[in-house]
Amino acid sequence: MKIGVLALQGDFEEHITVLRNLGANTSEVRLPEQLQDLDGLVIPGGESTTISRLLVRWQLIDPIRRRASEGMAIWGTCAGAILLAERAPDLDREGLRLMDIGVERNSFGRQVDSFEADVDVTGFAGPPFRAVFIRAPRITDVGGAATALAQLPDGAIVAAQQDRLLTTVFHPELTDDARFHQHFLALAANGAGARLPRQADTTDAVGQTA
Amino acid sequence: MPPQDGNGASQSAETGTWKVKAGLAQMLKGGVIMDVVTPEQAEIAQEAGACAVMALERVPADIRADGGVARMSDPEVISRIIDAVTIPVMAKCRIGHPVEAQVLEALGVDYIDESEVLTPADERFHVDKRPFKVPFVCGCRNLGEALRRIGEGAAMMRTKGEAGTGNIVEAVRHIRTVWDGIRRLQHMPVEELMAEAKELGAPYELLLETRSLGRLPVVNFAAGGVATPADAALMMQLGADGVFIGSGIFKSEDPAPRAKAVVQAVTHYQDPEIIAEVSRGLGQPMRGLEISQIPEEELLAKRGW
Repeated sequence: MKIGVLALQGDFEEHITVLRNLGANTSEVRLPEQLQDLDGLVIPGGESTTISRLLVRWQLIDPIRRRASEGMAIWGTCAGAILLAERAPDLDREGLRLMDIGVERNSFGRQVDSFEADVDVTGFAGPPFRAVFIRAPRITDVGGAATALAQLPDGAIVAAQQDRLLTTVFHPELTDDARFHQHFLALAANGAGARLPRQADTTDAVGQTA
Repeated sequence: MPPQDGNGASQSAETGTWKVKAGLAQMLKGGVIMDVVTPEQAEIAQEAGACAVMALERVPADIRADGGVARMSDPEVISRIIDAVTIPVMAKCRIGHPVEAQVLEALGVDYIDESEVLTPADERFHVDKRPFKVPFVCGCRNLGEALRRIGEGAAMMRTKGEAGTGNIVEAVRHIRTVWDGIRRLQHMPVEELMAEAKELGAPYELLLETRSLGRLPVVNFAAGGVATPADAALMMQLGADGVFIGSGIFKSEDPAPRAKAVVQAVTHYQDPEIIAEVSRGLGQPMRGLEISQIPEEELLAKRGW
């Protein structure tokens, strides 16, 4: 299985390190031809305005969309979440617009408001996930095709999934907890049959994405 | 300030942690941070793809030319730049001037550069950076200086170069010297590390960490003298995580295309064909200074202890 990490700008090396430790074959993606034969693509944290400009400049938008329609899994963290969203009104370039979610950039404030918090993730066994939010966006709405995976206590949605598309507004690549990376590798491996991780018997999400 | 009502943070939420301070620098990796002195310049930088801007009253080339005492910028200048862009905004305080740092934190800047480009306020000590919620970046010329700053709480480093010269030679010297120090550690038997810590004047634990990581424990950008896309790519090939460009953009003949080209060159720093393509027709770069022509007492990189 081959996982690409978009390496235009941002913390792509951190993602590559975690994925390699999990045994994945990884590569850096900066040009359209580097998308060929990938089973999954990670869009890392970084500056969404920078990455959006570079996506346009190097003509990556349509090729990524095409590969997604062919079954390539995609996971966007933070900036990546903004770029995956169908609705990102405060991004001044067109993103990938693949996921039926809306996002608001820098939604929790400036850097002094950046924070860590425990979040419960649908389908993850074990303790809550210690999530690192850095000038993070917020998922403002989740349409019918997508499902919320994690929320903060006030209801803010911070992770979502739509078939083989995964998004987290926080940064699992900055922690030692590899559960999201494992989940993404499972999505990429399962191709079209991928489903949300199962938790006991109560997730209302499983039926929607199977 | 946890818990924070209304922004969703719970009892478990913590702001100002090491992870979020060092983490913002990780988000800037592979990017270009540009010096700007007006909201209009900040917009040009953002449009070009800068991953952050450094808000200043004067770029280093002008600070150098003007002489006198260089201080933190007017809060009005910084606030207007913060309002003009959505990317992170950094600002500089003087070495050893914690009150300027407190003011910058109160203004809501995203990163503070305790910078040798400004006139030092303290000729012996730097700011204790740990109590701040806002993270700090500091300059270094070698491994010992880098690890002292990290020991004081800096969450990001930059090699100093010689700011405002448009001459890359000092930036090259400094990043090579940092890597040389790291390689030295890696080849050293563990019993020699304490003496090396004494020699470097740096915390022993950070030597151990650097040795095991094979790199600095925080993100390290290159700064000071970058003037062209090729200069920026050079710093990336020498192992910088990203590039600061100060006077090099807005002291050049045509700033917007140059800014854009530098961003492309940092992304594609291993691809000479792309660097060639983006370097075409950019007009005159800033006029550079020969380092040996600068009087010893006017060299900025020597500031910092």
